[in-house]
Amino acid sequence: MTEQHNNTIGIRKRERKLLITGLLFTSPWIIGFLVFQLYPILASFYYSMTDYNLFSAPTWVGLDNYTNLFKDDKFYLSMYNTLYMTIVGVVPHMAFALIMALLLNAKVKGQSIYRTIYFLPTLVPAVAGSLLWMWLLNSQYGFINLALEYVGIAGPNWLIDPDWTKPSLVLMGFWGTGTITVMYLAALQDVPKMYYEAADIDGASKWRQFWTITFPSISPMTLFQLIMMLIASFQYFTEGMVFAEATQSTGGPENSLLFYSIYLYQQAFSFLNMGYASAMAWMLFVVVMFFALVIFKTSAKWVYYGGDK
Amino acid sequence: MVNKAVSDGSLQSPVKKKKGSIKRKMSSTLKHLVLGLVGLCFLGPFAYLLLTSIKSIDDIFAVPFVWWPKELFLENYSNAVNAIPFFRYTLNTLFVALLCVLGEVIAAPLTAYGLARINFKGRGIIFMVMMGTIMLPSQSTMIPLYILFNKMNLVNTFWPLILPAFFGAAYYIFLLRQFFMGIPQEITESSKIDGASEFRIYWQMMLPLSRPAIFTVGLLVFLSSWKDYQQPLIYLNDPSKWTLSVGLKAFIGEYNVEWGMLMAAAALFTIPMVVLYFFVQKVFIQGITMTGSK
Repeated sequence: MTEQHNNTIGIRKRERKLLITGLLFTSPWIIGFLVFQLYPILASFYYSMTDYNLFSAPTWVGLDNYTNLFKDDKFYLSMYNTLYMTIVGVVPHMAFALIMALLLNAKVKGQSIYRTIYFLPTLVPAVAGSLLWMWLLNSQYGFINLALEYVGIAGPNWLIDPDWTKPSLVLMGFWGTGTITVMYLAALQDVPKMYYEAADIDGASKWRQFWTITFPSISPMTLFQLIMMLIASFQYFTEGMVFAEATQSTGGPENSLLFYSIYLYQQAFSFLNMGYASAMAWMLFVVVMFFALVIFKTSAKWVYYGGDK
Repeated sequence: MVNKAVSDGSLQSPVKKKKGSIKRKMSSTLKHLVLGLVGLCFLGPFAYLLLTSIKSIDDIFAVPFVWWPKELFLENYSNAVNAIPFFRYTLNTLFVALLCVLGEVIAAPLTAYGLARINFKGRGIIFMVMMGTIMLPSQSTMIPLYILFNKMNLVNTFWPLILPAFFGAAYYIFLLRQFFMGIPQEITESSKIDGASEFRIYWQMMLPLSRPAIFTVGLLVFLSSWKDYQQPLIYLNDPSKWTLSVGLKAFIGEYNVEWGMLMAAAALFTIPMVVLYFFVQKVFIQGITMTGSK
């Protein structure tokens, strides 16, 4: 009896010690989470119910900011612009990165050289990259339209025609897919070779092997990248800002580059409508969580985790 | 990629083998063709950046297009450096980036080790909440944080850019956790039996083992801080405190037509990153492969 009693005390003591050590190790993140994430999210909710310009104390306005938001044309427009980039941009960029990774995963000579080349654009700061692409896409002197002209196509007014500003950004986005390519390559190199050997013996076609072996094996990576890109796309800021600045406006031609985070930034730091901007931030939070949840829920159907995990 | 197993297979007749090798050669050429063409598209803009940066205005706007400048116009570089306090901005950027790296490589591995190697109650919840924060758009926390830093009189200082790094970011903690989980338990077991404390095991065994992973995280932090635009834009109003990304933006409004100068400035902003990457890429790719593979 007493021995057993001592044992449970021993286990409890050990567990307590583990708990303290564990919390000590993770305390940097826990403190950071409380100060830099949990507090701001809750504070943001409070501010979203107030009128606040930084200089005088916040005044309570209830749900006014939210009802105004739904009457605001620019809110819808900026949401549309952002969803456009998400829907038109994310999937093609991921598919492109996967195709490049598949090609690189084949035992080709100079793999490391190609890998370096594809990764290089991701080293270019977004501001510098946007400046470069502004010049490449210049409708009169830019290289892209000069090249198109050479093959007999009249290039569009990329950054001036509101119909073409977002496609310009999507085009530029392909240039920066190197990180996803490298991540996919890492995932591909982890797929056990014996699966393919077995499939070869069974005479399965390459196409079939891709869908039954490769794609399921890298599906956790696809889920991870999809989520990361979705969030990045909802936060689309720098490139849009730089392109828009060139036309001496915040939203670009006919506000076609007024992305959600740009409009939010404008409301908060140009107009000092901190309450209204906080309501926008909360809406963004809800929308992103909704999309992430949908992806996670549906992912059970297409994401396969290996048996060892 | 996998047809090697088939075409090298000894089961096949010699005729078939020859046919297979021709097919393989063709597919290999095709692969190189595609990879090369795409590579060209990736490198092209770089070349264009550098070429434009050494062209005079006449060459830049010349019709028909001039590939190589008729005369080198290196003044773009000196003009760009003189038009803005370039060295001041570089120092500011470097200072912020290095301190962010320092903070992150102290905080992130600690938390990652706790989550990967210490089996304490509540670990699962902490990990889940942490992964949840990866999905948190920075815009949702931006305004209260600005107000907080404003109340602390830290707006227009580098603190708001640096301080959060000292508490670890979820993404880097996740990468390091994956790495730590991959290290076999047996390595640390005997030390544990000998009574070494967790911190000692962490400090003397895990950290030395994980140098490439931590190095990779450090590099990622450095890159993202060097490139960041939104945070400096929000927190730094005083032009003497600007980082390169904000300083470079000033060109757009004021020197709208000076493409040569703009490209020179963009090149000066980018080249340090490319040089850095060139020297560390082997370790970096190794680290990415180890940390990001699952």
